Amino acid sequence: MCVAIPMRVTKVQGDPDDFTTSQIATVDSNGVSKEIRLDIVDHWPKVGDYVIIHAGFAIHSLEEAEAKKNIELLRELAENTPEELLSPLREMV
Amino acid sequence: MKHLDEYRDAKLAKPLVEELKRSVTKPLRIMEVCGSHTMSVFRNGVRSILPEGMELLSGPGCPVCVTSAPHMDAFIAMADYPSVRVAIFGDLFKVPGTQGSLSNASAGGAKVDIVYSPMDALEIAKQNPREQVVFLGVGFETTTPTIAATIMAAKVQNVKNFMVYSTQKTMPAPLKALLDDPELKIDGLLCPGHVSAIIGEVGYKPLAEQYGLACVIAGFETADVLSGLIALSRQIANNDIKVENCYTRVVAPDGNPRARAMVDRVFEPCDMDWRGLGVIPASGLKIRKDFADFDAEVRLDIALPEVKEAKGCMCGKILKGQSIPTECPLFDTRCTPMNPIGPCMVSSEGTCAAYHKYGRD
Repeated sequence: MCVAIPMRVTKVQGDPDDFTTSQIATVDSNGVSKEIRLDIVDHWPKVGDYVIIHAGFAIHSLEEAEAKKNIELLRELAENTPEELLSPLREMV
Repeated sequence: MKHLDEYRDAKLAKPLVEELKRSVTKPLRIMEVCGSHTMSVFRNGVRSILPEGMELLSGPGCPVCVTSAPHMDAFIAMADYPSVRVAIFGDLFKVPGTQGSLSNASAGGAKVDIVYSPMDALEIAKQNPREQVVFLGVGFETTTPTIAATIMAAKVQNVKNFMVYSTQKTMPAPLKALLDDPELKIDGLLCPGHVSAIIGEVGYKPLAEQYGLACVIAGFETADVLSGLIALSRQIANNDIKVENCYTRVVAPDGNPRARAMVDRVFEPCDMDWRGLGVIPASGLKIRKDFADFDAEVRLDIALPEVKEAKGCMCGKILKGQSIPTECPLFDTRCTPMNPIGPCMVSSEGTCAAYHKYGRD
């Protein structure tokens, strides 16, 4: 039930400090566009950021570079792995 | 999808599988407490590549499955009120109470709307001013802020025919209850990724510090789950028990304080009845008095009936990780997804549904 998916922000409306305004972002994933609420997002996103969405609300926003960092972390986890298995990983990061 | 496909890539997974095999040095029992982890583990075949000695158990991580039978009956009773229209997340639709499900009630004329977001329920209320629209709140920390924000929006917009019936639950409390149970032996916890996005790493500190339980926050793609299992077995092998975060792209160390502040404005802690676990002190959330106008429990005066569990159903033990579905006499005989008896079979994220769909293993 706690499924949440990432989508890219294309438009931001509302005032982060005033929840009586409509705090809404337009998001896009593979050409599908949707309006989602920003009432409970941790950091106010800007156009081009990604937001993690649960039940119509963004719960987390991140910049593109942050999305990539996790791959780096996973690569480090496999650091003891033989070189021939690691090389495809290096290409990805 | 960009930055998502990478985590599903076999190129990333293969070295992680090798590393996992190397990192397991003694028998380990790991519990996950998120329905999405349960499904990811089965769907991506993670069970089939687990190293010998590593056992993966499903805990009480599916909110539909831990909804008590009296609450389920109260939901159905509410849907039968003539002026009431209930709005629910889809996975609740077929869960049986003692007298049928919301699906049966709907077929009998009760008004039941399946919504994607609690905000959709608020819209239904605005469009149907003569009806009382009740959103049936079922969920953990991830879902509660969305409901709190919707109640806040209803207050700001002065919508008078919208209410919530809250059975919202919090995750660390039942984990402590499980760990106090001497029958259950677990070494590590794969912490739920999106609950953690709200509560952060700090929520699990007492589990690591007081109970010596290795805790690792992980995401839901194959590489995420594998990395979580590696981190857990390393902690245990090195006797370095702590809370570790392998899902940094979504989970900040302190979680999401803005969402928690919204929850605190609208909700306060209360004792909560969990299916299979019973009443756990301060493990639930009820709507504060300031928002009583939006509290269905206050406005509709609903009595919780005494309910007997279906005979033979082992959902209670399965939710505690003490039994697996194949040990239940009803599994895949009287209890199937088409005709479910217990909630672990009904919910698409239930442990029994996962065993049914992806094999008995």
